[in-house]
Amino acid sequence: MSRSSDLAICTGGLRKIFSGKVAVRNLTLEVPRGEVFGFLGPNGAGKSTSVKMLLGLVFPTSGEAQILGCPVGDVKTRSKVGFLPEHFRFYDWLTPTELLKLHGRLYGMSHAKLRERVPVLLDLVGLTPHREKRLRDFSKGMLQRIGLAQALLNEPDLIFLDEPTSGLDPVGRRLVRDIIKAQRDRGATVLLNSHLLGEVEITCDRVAFIKDGEVVETRQLDDDVEEQTTVSIRAANVTAEVASGLSRWSRSVRAEGDRLMLSVSSRGVVPELVRYLVSSGADVYEVTPQRLSLEERFLEIAGTDGGL
Amino acid sequence: MGVWIMAGVTFREAARKKMLWMALAAGGAFLILFGTGLHFQAKDFAAHGMSPVLRREISFGMVTMGLYAVDLLAVLMTILTSSDTLSGEISSGTIQAIATKPVPRWQLLLGKWFGFCGMLTAYIVIMVGGVNAVTYALVGVTARHLASGLSLMWMESVVLLSVTFAFATYFSTLTTGVLTLGLHGLAFLGGWIEQFGAITQSPRAVNVGVIASVLMPSEALWRRAAFEMQSPLANAMRISPFSTLSVPSMAMVFYAALYLAIALVIAMHRFSRRDL
Repeated sequence: MSRSSDLAICTGGLRKIFSGKVAVRNLTLEVPRGEVFGFLGPNGAGKSTSVKMLLGLVFPTSGEAQILGCPVGDVKTRSKVGFLPEHFRFYDWLTPTELLKLHGRLYGMSHAKLRERVPVLLDLVGLTPHREKRLRDFSKGMLQRIGLAQALLNEPDLIFLDEPTSGLDPVGRRLVRDIIKAQRDRGATVLLNSHLLGEVEITCDRVAFIKDGEVVETRQLDDDVEEQTTVSIRAANVTAEVASGLSRWSRSVRAEGDRLMLSVSSRGVVPELVRYLVSSGADVYEVTPQRLSLEERFLEIAGTDGGL
Repeated sequence: MGVWIMAGVTFREAARKKMLWMALAAGGAFLILFGTGLHFQAKDFAAHGMSPVLRREISFGMVTMGLYAVDLLAVLMTILTSSDTLSGEISSGTIQAIATKPVPRWQLLLGKWFGFCGMLTAYIVIMVGGVNAVTYALVGVTARHLASGLSLMWMESVVLLSVTFAFATYFSTLTTGVLTLGLHGLAFLGGWIEQFGAITQSPRAVNVGVIASVLMPSEALWRRAAFEMQSPLANAMRISPFSTLSVPSMAMVFYAALYLAIALVIAMHRFSRRDL
């Protein structure tokens, strides 16, 4: 158990019930400071409700949560938090400059600080040429960009990004990736809620899979981390008895054409598998460990209906 | 600080969306129509050789009628413009990026309330001032006890504003508008029942009106305002549709102030505790 001061987010048994319907069953989570953490799960899994509870927008039915070492809902802590909502709505009669100044004033930033910060952010998200346009004339992608700038105004220690690449073209998505990386390099913690698994895989240090309002698995995304792996084996003279012996290393052994597919807990068991097969008289031609992709794991957890 | 930022945004929103200017333009048209009618009325006073006393009473009646129309406009403006501000932002999600800033939620709500109060104050002062300026210029008459009458009319709108805000923390935009207008309708009807009850000496009918005023004191404030502003003769002789035997007491005015404060506190408390 980490010390709460080392954690950007710490929740214990967080639960939310809306009119008798459980939205979040039991969210227990620890996110260390400085980590880019992905939140994955099918539709209706409770991701957005969880984020809203962490931000104090939705009140938990039970359980505890802290962000940046303070109880959720603490007003002062919010000055260190940035948030891009999934559907960023705003006063569309404002210009981007006015919107950023308004949100900056709500953060308690001085006029002088805002004069310095607003042009930097508009430049960062590529909206400087549009700074005098009304937001009602913006495209969806431009609105997403101004929402992102708004979330970074106060140089937050903890940033919640709910579907930040929604509505963005490839250039915009690249921009989001670069911004997340820059925030990590700055030492900020980022909680990224995204359906784009490729984006998550590229940007996150760790992900949590959430289903039915519970974290069912957290997974480190560094390459050298031991994790569930699928091993493809091409071999001859594998008797039924030998094949069943493989269940010592894998719960799932299946034949696909001339290959055996095994789901194992880590790549470390591969040499043991080879030794076992050879000593059992099998002729081994090829053994290929394949890390279970985020998408495969997501589908395993969500089911093929995507949680619908 | 958050209160004043939100008050400023609310005021700017009304101006930027042309709501403020449209209300003032409609008010200007109203004053032109009122002035034109009064102008011809004044011409005919002279042509008919009407006695100065009757001329003065009719002029007072015109002032009260003009102020009654202003009151009605102010009530509708208050409910129509404010019923969407909170519930609309909650349902659209606009409030989410605002409510996660380091400002207590009650301050966000109070700021919006102050913004609307500022607009209502400007509207009522301009319109009431305009009616009195027109009547003074054309027939040399202004409302009696103008300041207290204006304050009561202002208070009526602020009561409705606070009730709209309280409902908006529970219901959608449309429901909020319908509920507040419906409640004011009850008070309006109750006021007339009370008046007729007083004329026909039916204490039980008067009580029905008083109960309606307890449920929603907005209309009682107008009737007190009318009593303050129209001529003593019209009040005594009951020659104006706004004369009444049953004048809402100062206790009712204090009750309305308490009602307003409670509605605002409920709105702030509920907004601070509800899921967004």
